[in-house]
Amino acid sequence: MNVAAPQSRFLRATYSGYLVLFFIYLAAPLVAAGVFAFNDSTFSALPWKGFTLDWFFGTTDPKVGMFHDRRLLRGMGNSLYIGVIVAALSVVVGTCNAFLFERKEFPFKSVLYILMVLPLVIPGVILGISILVFASMVANGVENGTGIDLGFLRPGLFLVIIGQFSFLTTITSLVIAARLRKFDVALEEAALNLGATRVRVLATITLPYLAPALFSAFIVGFLISFENFNTTLMLVGSDAPLTITMYDRMVKVGSTPVLNAVSFFLMVGSGLLALISVLAQRQRADD
Amino acid sequence: MFDLQGDSLTKRFGSFTAVRDVSFEVPSGSFFSILGPSGCGKTTLMRMIAGFEEPTSGDIRIKGTSVVGTPPNKRNVKMVFQHLALFPMMNIGENIAYGLKCRGENKVDIRRKVGEVLDRIGLPGVEEKQVSQLSGGQKQRIAIARCMVLEPDVLLLDEPLGALDLKLREHMKIELKQLQHQFDTTFLYITHDQSEALVMSDNVAVMKSGRFEQIGPPEQLYHAPQTAFVAGFVGDSNRFEGRLSARAGDEARVTLDAGGEMVARLGQEGLSDGAAVSVFVRPEAISAHATRGAAAADMVAVEGTVDSLLFNGANSRLLVKLDDGTQIESSHTTGAGAGARFAPGDRVTLTWAVADGLCFAAEGGA
Amino acid sequence: MARSDAGKLSLILLMTPFLMWIVLLIILPQIGIGYLSFQEKVGPRQYVFGVGNYVEFLSEPIYWNTLLRTAWMSILVTILALMIGFPVAYYIAKIARKRSRAALFLLCLIPLWVSDLVRAFGWIVLLRETGVISGALQSVGLIGGPVELLYNDITVVIGLVYTVVLFMIVPLVSTLEGMDNSLLEAGYNLGGTRFTVFRMIVVPYAMPGIVAGCIIVFMLTAGSYLTPILLGGKNSMWFTEQIYTQFITRYNWESGSTFGVLLLLFTSAVVWLGLRLTGQNLASTVAKE
Repeated sequence: MNVAAPQSRFLRATYSGYLVLFFIYLAAPLVAAGVFAFNDSTFSALPWKGFTLDWFFGTTDPKVGMFHDRRLLRGMGNSLYIGVIVAALSVVVGTCNAFLFERKEFPFKSVLYILMVLPLVIPGVILGISILVFASMVANGVENGTGIDLGFLRPGLFLVIIGQFSFLTTITSLVIAARLRKFDVALEEAALNLGATRVRVLATITLPYLAPALFSAFIVGFLISFENFNTTLMLVGSDAPLTITMYDRMVKVGSTPVLNAVSFFLMVGSGLLALISVLAQRQRADD
Repeated sequence: MFDLQGDSLTKRFGSFTAVRDVSFEVPSGSFFSILGPSGCGKTTLMRMIAGFEEPTSGDIRIKGTSVVGTPPNKRNVKMVFQHLALFPMMNIGENIAYGLKCRGENKVDIRRKVGEVLDRIGLPGVEEKQVSQLSGGQKQRIAIARCMVLEPDVLLLDEPLGALDLKLREHMKIELKQLQHQFDTTFLYITHDQSEALVMSDNVAVMKSGRFEQIGPPEQLYHAPQTAFVAGFVGDSNRFEGRLSARAGDEARVTLDAGGEMVARLGQEGLSDGAAVSVFVRPEAISAHATRGAAAADMVAVEGTVDSLLFNGANSRLLVKLDDGTQIESSHTTGAGAGARFAPGDRVTLTWAVADGLCFAAEGGA
Repeated sequence: MARSDAGKLSLILLMTPFLMWIVLLIILPQIGIGYLSFQEKVGPRQYVFGVGNYVEFLSEPIYWNTLLRTAWMSILVTILALMIGFPVAYYIAKIARKRSRAALFLLCLIPLWVSDLVRAFGWIVLLRETGVISGALQSVGLIGGPVELLYNDITVVIGLVYTVVLFMIVPLVSTLEGMDNSLLEAGYNLGGTRFTVFRMIVVPYAMPGIVAGCIIVFMLTAGSYLTPILLGGKNSMWFTEQIYTQFITRYNWESGSTFGVLLLLFTSAVVWLGLRLTGQNLASTVAKE
């Protein structure tokens, strides 16, 4: 008998019913967003007019599919580019932070640790504007002083990358630190004892142990970057990533099934990546 | 008067029978233990008594009244959990007051009762401490106090000493026994450690594969086991496997699998010739002699070579290897005469009284 | 000693990226908007130091009303997310069997990885005048004509709860999973009813998870942009929208920074208050997952 579960049949049925409703609530908008990508109609609404893949691969107006829509494709390219750079950067710095806080002792450690998790509780919009303001201050200062225009400090790809990096690093640091915390230092000591150098120990013992965490931190970082909107909105220049392009389209053109197609694509893509990251973590649990 | 009775209790989980046809009676104010290896069903039995499992059939009576169907929070049996289950988000005082609060007693009474029970367990004034600030033995006592403050009919203890280190465990055995006397409440204690059961209990039930093999006072289990399992599980024993070749009165002649013959007392009825049997002899019943004397008629004598001396204070053992390879432990570690000790390689003769060897149907074979 | 020199060197090497990140991307930018918020515009390209932007915020009811509205709706969303999410988390952590537990948890996590934008878009497809629900209701004859379900507060709350409830469930599950069943058994054994066991054992045990979930959910809600704008329409009156308007539409960075500082102060105050009231601390609650 599981004491945690309700004992009466009526309560159990009510509980199960509630869970079913909850998962319907969870799934409904996702299903709605995805299903109409396959509706052969120019409106993403009922009635159902038959199955089509035109919203993905169509080439003629009015049904230009997402893979033939130049702006959407460019947005996707930008998102990919930003995502990979941000994820890689934040994994590198996150690894440093993990070693710093798990392995080193230094003054004001607890204060600095709070500073490290702080970006998680700053709203994304504010991170965005603060970086925008600060970058502009620096750029203006340099321009006034030397006459050189540091264009990369104006809204654009560089600021988007910096902005996303600023809070993603907290997340990657926490993921990697959690793994490092479980590492048995005796393994390193054993390797040293067997005659390995410190660099070799790092390369052959510690980093391979961390590999699953580094991998899943990279995936998580990439996904969050790909889907970020709030911070990016404030920093975006002419090279808009996919979410911004899609939002523009929604506000200016209204919703067309091609947006459903993009949604479907995003859901499948992120679902797969999330699954890969979960599987990597599961392997981690095995050892 | 019995505080707790079990009547043909059976519990099945699907096709697996965890407890089968178990009956027992626990007299008021006594210390009753259920002893068995892990997986024998003793925890299921205890959870049925506490009300966390419903028996498939049979009856449980507390102070004569059946409690089958009574929810766990309405039964006056309290339980000390294996890992104690002290509530980590409450301090000690709140932990002990929990049950009284559930009962709806008033604050003044609660404070007084909590203070009294802490006095009784020898930890006065720890109300404000956090659970994590106490030592293992102190937590143990708090877990007992949390139950005893409710004045239960029966206190259930589910291997509460398992998590403690050896030294503390030895100490807590004695302390538990004293607490039981002090509170004068019926204790039902579950353990897989035979020494815990023997030291503390008035009565012990030995459990195996969902059944009770034998119920009795510790002395009886030790000296007069009724099955091979009990003889092997309770206390240390040397075991010889063989087949029953002849019987005379209560004596059995056994042909050993390793070769040779041995005479022993029949431990149970109904064994037929040719049956697979085990003979058990306690190490303390075996004496070792440096020289071969004439063996008396009612003695068994075997010869071997000293393999090693296992020193462990009063529990020291002489490990002897017989010529057929069988190893025998004897408590008899010194030879004849002051200062004479056996050394590895010495030839010795081991003897014990025929009545000290007990013959049972081999486990699984009967 | 060479050994401790190496230790110092590696400390410096590890500390440098951390400090650059925290100082250049977090601390200085926050100081930046703080500084800008005290710049009063007195003429074209002419600024003096002063509290004029804050005075303007207070003297303009639409501004502080928007902040108050954002505040109470965020609190409402947080409470709803807790009430809706707790039973689900409890089921996943304590009742579901091992295999279905992993499956249910995964089901909960997959929408977490889907962009806010897609989720909001999904709600639009469902709820707008020509949407699925309106159409379905018409076809079964419950309503005569199309009905607009978007652009009202209830929809905004439903959408916000949807966006954040998973962030409530995840920390709750990880806290509740640590709760041994023997604590519940002890609770019943000592005479507790379902209600007392829930109130005195389950809830206190889950408190760190509840606090962590509430903080994350509150922050996400108060700082959200897409859901209130897309589901609430142009008149959703969400504070982040004001910040965007000041920065991008009106190009009034000084008052935009002022709003940003106010939002940050306000959310920090609520988080701090929540931590104080429940006796938790930031590092242990937020960094737990």
